[in-house]
Amino acid sequence: MSFARVHLDESKCVTSGQCVLTAPEVFDQREKDGVAIVLTDSPAPELRGKVQEAAAGCPAAAIRLAAPADAPGRVGGRPPIEGPL
Amino acid sequence: MSQLSSELPSFPMSKAKGCPLDPPPEYARLRSDRPVAKARLWDGKEVWLITGYEEIRAIFTDPRISVDNTQPGYPWLSEQQRTVVLTGGVKPVGRMDPPEHTAMRRMLGQGFLVKKIQNMRGDVESLVNGLIDDILAGPRPADLVTALAMPVPSTALGWVLGVPPADKRLISLVPRLFDEDSGLEGAMEARNELFAYIDELITHRENEPGDDIISHLVGYYQKGELTRVSVLTQSVTLIAAALDTTRSMITNGILALLQHPEQAAALIDDPDLAPAAVEELLRYTVVTEFSSKRVAAADIEIAGETIKAGDGVICLISAGNRDEKFFTDPDTLDIRRDAKHHLGFGAGIHTCIGKQLARMELEVVYGTLFRRIPELRLAVPFDQLVFRNTFDVQGVRALPVTW
Ligand code: HEM
Ligand code: SF4
Repeated sequence: MSFARVHLDESKCVTSGQCVLTAPEVFDQREKDGVAIVLTDSPAPELRGKVQEAAAGCPAAAIRLAAPADAPGRVGGRPPIEGPL
Repeated sequence: MSQLSSELPSFPMSKAKGCPLDPPPEYARLRSDRPVAKARLWDGKEVWLITGYEEIRAIFTDPRISVDNTQPGYPWLSEQQRTVVLTGGVKPVGRMDPPEHTAMRRMLGQGFLVKKIQNMRGDVESLVNGLIDDILAGPRPADLVTALAMPVPSTALGWVLGVPPADKRLISLVPRLFDEDSGLEGAMEARNELFAYIDELITHRENEPGDDIISHLVGYYQKGELTRVSVLTQSVTLIAAALDTTRSMITNGILALLQHPEQAAALIDDPDLAPAAVEELLRYTVVTEFSSKRVAAADIEIAGETIKAGDGVICLISAGNRDEKFFTDPDTLDIRRDAKHHLGFGAGIHTCIGKQLARMELEVVYGTLFRRIPELRLAVPFDQLVFRNTFDVQGVRALPVTW
């Protein structure tokens, strides 16, 4: 089970590539304009540290982490962790 | 808390004698007393100076902050700066606010894809090795500004921009554009030559497109999403933003390592420290001290002050990077620390678009230079080095070294 669901607000992304460098397992960039893409919105638990760092380090605050949809005992998930630092 | 205007400190502030790479001592006092404070500029205008790490980050990421330099409150630092604005009458990406800014970053994004920059690494390594071969084969002392710090960023930028490899005009224009002794007239002349030269490149790419930034921009122009003059402006902006910064960061970093031999020794012993060394050197030897100028688009309450709509703001990156509230022992250069959250590339939506390229170049240069010439040392006493500070960038005029 994943630890979080990754949300990317494409309209905010400024193509810095920071998330791709931080968590290449989870983020990539669109070839045509460098806008980030999420490769898997439910990353494996061992990627937690990297994904949190990518969310916190996004200069445009475009990445949010929300509780996974399948989190036990939760309705609607907890409030997202907001980036940047 | 409000300040009496009569007692406002004037800005820019002087550096301590003997430490041209250190921020002016006044920054530390401001940061602890008043991390958001007013100062007076050369033209009599008031400006807010932001010196605290968290406050700088807050300003950089605040949607009420604008980069529009046509606003009357925009803080110019000299008449020359206002006159020789390197644009062709349209806004460069760095002076655009969203949504225009977001769209422009995307038109440029293709040229700076992380993968693309990573693929360039081998070429940059060959370039740097070749230049070091020449240095080793040439006379001593060697000047690292001309032998290394100029050719590396201009060649690499040439590759991403789409400059034909044999064309060396870009390299020769840089000193004329950015060095003090070219004067206002010389800088204007070089600026006009640069525009004419890039115009030529654009025409070339209209007919023979490649996978490079100018070709991509030309593509947007041909689809009607960009004017031709904007293609010109954005290309020139990249040159202005990339070359003086990277060449200065190359030499400032080498100089800082030479001044701290135990740090250079650590890098020589453990080449895997190169990426961390790059981040720490970007934190410690800031090159773009005054570049982060802003105008408030609405009232902003911060650190007990109110920045009023229309007020000019300058984020002093070098002050934030030495904030003891964020970095332990900030005045110590320590390439083993985790410095990656430094402000050397800015923060927020205007974060440097070329930072992955610059990081890669710096890593290759510092790593290769100290590995291949571990006996590297200054050929003149430190106090005989001549420093320059043009536009927003500070660096050394020449860096004579021997080994
Ligand atoms: C070590 C070298 C470099 C340093 C220290 C540096 C530093 C910076 C800083 C601090 C900013 C933010 C300015 C602000 O917030 O007002 C910035 C923006 C920018 N940089 Fe760099 N830079 C470097 C290299 C480059 C390179 C290699 C390129 C291009 C190839 C580049 C292109 C730009 C552009 C276009 C912007 C404006 C981005 C925007 O407003 O969205 N820089 N740089
Ligand atoms: S870090 Fe943020 S701004 Fe940069 S590419 Fe990723 S999502 Fe976009």
